[in-house]
Amino acid sequence: MSGLGSDAARRLRSNPAAVFALYVMFAMVALALLGPWLNPNSIEALDWLHVAARPGMQSAHWFGTDRLGRDLFVRTLAGARVSLSVGLVASVCSLVVGLSYGAIAGYSGGRTDHLMMRILEILSGLPLIFFVILLTVVFGRSEYLLFFSIGAVGWLTMARIVRGQTMSIRRREFIEAAVASGASAGRIIVKHVIPNVIGPVIVYATLSVPQIILFESFLSFLGLGIQEPHASLGTLIAEGAGEMESAPWILLVPGGFLALLLLCLNIFGDGLRDALDVKEG
Amino acid sequence: MTPTLSIEDLSVSFSQRDASLEAVQRVSLAIAPAECVGIIGESGSGKTQVFMAAMGLLASNALARGSIRFEGGELLHADAAALNRVRGSKLTMIFQDPMTSLAPHLCIGTQLAEVLVCHSGLSWRDAWSSAGRMLERVRVPDPKRRLHQYPHELSGGMRQRVVIGMSLMCEPRLVIADEPTTALDVTIQAQLIELLRIMRGEFGMALVLISHDLGVVAGLADRILVMYAGRIVECASAQELFRHARHPYTAEMLKCIPRLSGPRLARLPTIAGQPPRPGELLEGCAFAPRCPLAQDRCRTERPLLSNAGDSSVACHFPLPR
Amino acid sequence: MNDALLRVRNLSVDFGGHAALSDVSFELYAGETLGLVGESGSGKSTLARAILRLLRAAHGSVEWFGQDLLTCAAPVLRALRRDLQIVFQDPLASLNPRMTVGDTIAEPLRIFEPGLNGHARQLRVAAMLERVGLTPAMAARYPHEFSGGQCQRIGIARAMILSPKLLICDEPVSSLDMSIQGQIVNLLLDLQRDAGTAMLFISHNLAVVRHLSHRVLVMYSGRLVEIAAPDALFASSVHPYTKALLAAVPASVPAAGHAAAPAALVERFAAAPPASGCAFRDRCPYAVAVCETTVPPLAEVVAGHWVACHRSHEALIPLSFPP
Repeated sequence: MSGLGSDAARRLRSNPAAVFALYVMFAMVALALLGPWLNPNSIEALDWLHVAARPGMQSAHWFGTDRLGRDLFVRTLAGARVSLSVGLVASVCSLVVGLSYGAIAGYSGGRTDHLMMRILEILSGLPLIFFVILLTVVFGRSEYLLFFSIGAVGWLTMARIVRGQTMSIRRREFIEAAVASGASAGRIIVKHVIPNVIGPVIVYATLSVPQIILFESFLSFLGLGIQEPHASLGTLIAEGAGEMESAPWILLVPGGFLALLLLCLNIFGDGLRDALDVKEG
Repeated sequence: MTPTLSIEDLSVSFSQRDASLEAVQRVSLAIAPAECVGIIGESGSGKTQVFMAAMGLLASNALARGSIRFEGGELLHADAAALNRVRGSKLTMIFQDPMTSLAPHLCIGTQLAEVLVCHSGLSWRDAWSSAGRMLERVRVPDPKRRLHQYPHELSGGMRQRVVIGMSLMCEPRLVIADEPTTALDVTIQAQLIELLRIMRGEFGMALVLISHDLGVVAGLADRILVMYAGRIVECASAQELFRHARHPYTAEMLKCIPRLSGPRLARLPTIAGQPPRPGELLEGCAFAPRCPLAQDRCRTERPLLSNAGDSSVACHFPLPR
Repeated sequence: MNDALLRVRNLSVDFGGHAALSDVSFELYAGETLGLVGESGSGKSTLARAILRLLRAAHGSVEWFGQDLLTCAAPVLRALRRDLQIVFQDPLASLNPRMTVGDTIAEPLRIFEPGLNGHARQLRVAAMLERVGLTPAMAARYPHEFSGGQCQRIGIARAMILSPKLLICDEPVSSLDMSIQGQIVNLLLDLQRDAGTAMLFISHNLAVVRHLSHRVLVMYSGRLVEIAAPDALFASSVHPYTKALLAAVPASVPAAGHAAAPAALVERFAAAPPASGCAFRDRCPYAVAVCETTVPPLAEVVAGHWVACHRSHEALIPLSFPP
């Protein structure tokens, strides 16, 4: 993006925790993507011979099986694929929508900003679960609905952050210079405002992915999201919760995977914030 | 007589990423008691860093070598306790922007009194009345009332008077003024310089006046040091410097000052090129790329400060008297 | 006599109750360099921004080629900006830290000459960089890699690339080293001469303004107090504030022991000026009763020499230095 981006990259590289977290995340994503090739078991196949089997590298099922005999390794990785894709798509959507909304509101100021913020506040005040349930009732369950409802939440805080950042740079001299050069408001927002607020925004986006994944898990846990036989980490955890006493690995495998993923995302996000935080120039 | 401040072979470098920036290179100077020394330099000259080193205010990535002695006691590498015995009371500093050097949430009286309470152990009541007296001495009108006011209620010039007052509360031996009038209007500048002159007369302390503006320093300094790219390039009495500058940089700088009298010029005088960025390493004389009199020797061999009477100049071909 | 290029009438700007500019009126002619001097609080930067509608004026008009810049429609104003450019005081802050220098200079081309293809644009930017004393290779670098003087050259390149009819310079050299101030001023003069641009040069440095202006405006506390040609202003100023300003400038050739004599001006305690009458009256040694009640109007005392002082018709004794 700029000479400053490479500066930040260097600082990030010198942060061992963040780098380690990044590698672990890559490994987890690679595992999730390559899973089907590593283990031929299908996510639906029921192995009646090995119901609720313990995990073991020698057995056919590395991470054990669940109450129905389905292989946990494959299911966990499939669930991870779903959770990650939800996290990615939803955070990109909320980034795009929140960035545009916040930048326009922050730059315009005055009545436009006032109106846009009131709309934002009203939307923030709506009880989200209620909304999601309503939509599920109307449109039926689907993955697209899931993405939409999560995205519908994520952009609100993003817009607030972007608006705040925009307002703090609106009065800076290079923005005045752009106005004086005859640039239109649209051009200023795209070429001058957004590149200069993107730092904190990216950090927030990174740190909000865990929240999104958790929210999806929550919705799925409630039965509003991913449905059988597909799995997400959330649904797997829901199943595992029921078997905690007798077959704890059914909970621990997807739970552990999720916890590790969220931990790495948080560490990486913190490292990113530190790397981008140093005052440029 | 022991000099009040004696700096020997001071070098300050800042470590950044893979390189280290040399901001000050082997500077030595001595300030006699009650003497006023002007330090002239532009950006990258290192003039501020020399005295930040003396005050122990260098940034955390700074590395200082050499020796700085204040009234015989070593300051460089002294611990915080030793520094605090001297800083703020006997060795004080005035900064450029009074708005940021005064605490916005404390009234003026408190800030002045605090100096005495901390350093001289006076009671608040005694310190408060001393504060009122100091405001009178720095010519702030209606001092009793002003003690209760806050910095934002004062004009820039008045704030700077308060700052000067704070620096004088404990009757220092040396006051370092770093660009004290740069942030002020020109109609106020002259009055602040006049105040410094009067204070010097009344308190008898030594004064270091750091500035980029020769005119500001002209009226007050006994002796002037000119710095360029981390080194001292000329040192002479104020009379000598303005009449017969020996270093080409000083001479060119004097020509650059736009005149209010004399013929109007179509083009302003200037020195070609720009001052080296802080830490830029140069072979030979740092000023050679810009010097109208530079010769081959200047580009390869760095000139050392050599004495000629009471003045010294670091140049292979100093201007004749 | 040229027709005025820019005609400012009764321009006033209010910052939450405090009048930053009050009733400022003047004209600027084609190809002329108009110097504007004043200290902090004089309103000179506010004036620059108000003329370009970078901030909102409370009332007044700015006539430019038959349009009032303050009330014309936004698209009309944007189109007119091609010929109205500004160079700012803080060179680094006026450049977008995330844009290369080349893109910054090319922006006016992108806005006003969209038909230009990338290659042609690059050539124009390269030519402009050379014109301001930099090298074309610098186009790919970022502002933080340059010194203050170089950043200012970049700002000037951006402002002049379309050869505007008016260039406003808001303290363009105040934050630069003395040895290079002259370089930037000379560069501005060269570019101005080549393009025939009129210039409004704002500065607190009287000596610089003296050398390059055809006429000088002096501002105090949001109002114009004196307008004159440089020789008249510097040799025989009339307004007490101008006299004090001239007296305060350090001596033309610094001589040891001769500090600039402090102006015989009362230094104001608080930052706010008096509420009624002439804003200068609490510091003016010549103030009389009428100064307290009425704001003095700007009146022509001699052809081309305007002063806003109730006592301008009297031959006032020049301010004397205190003992």
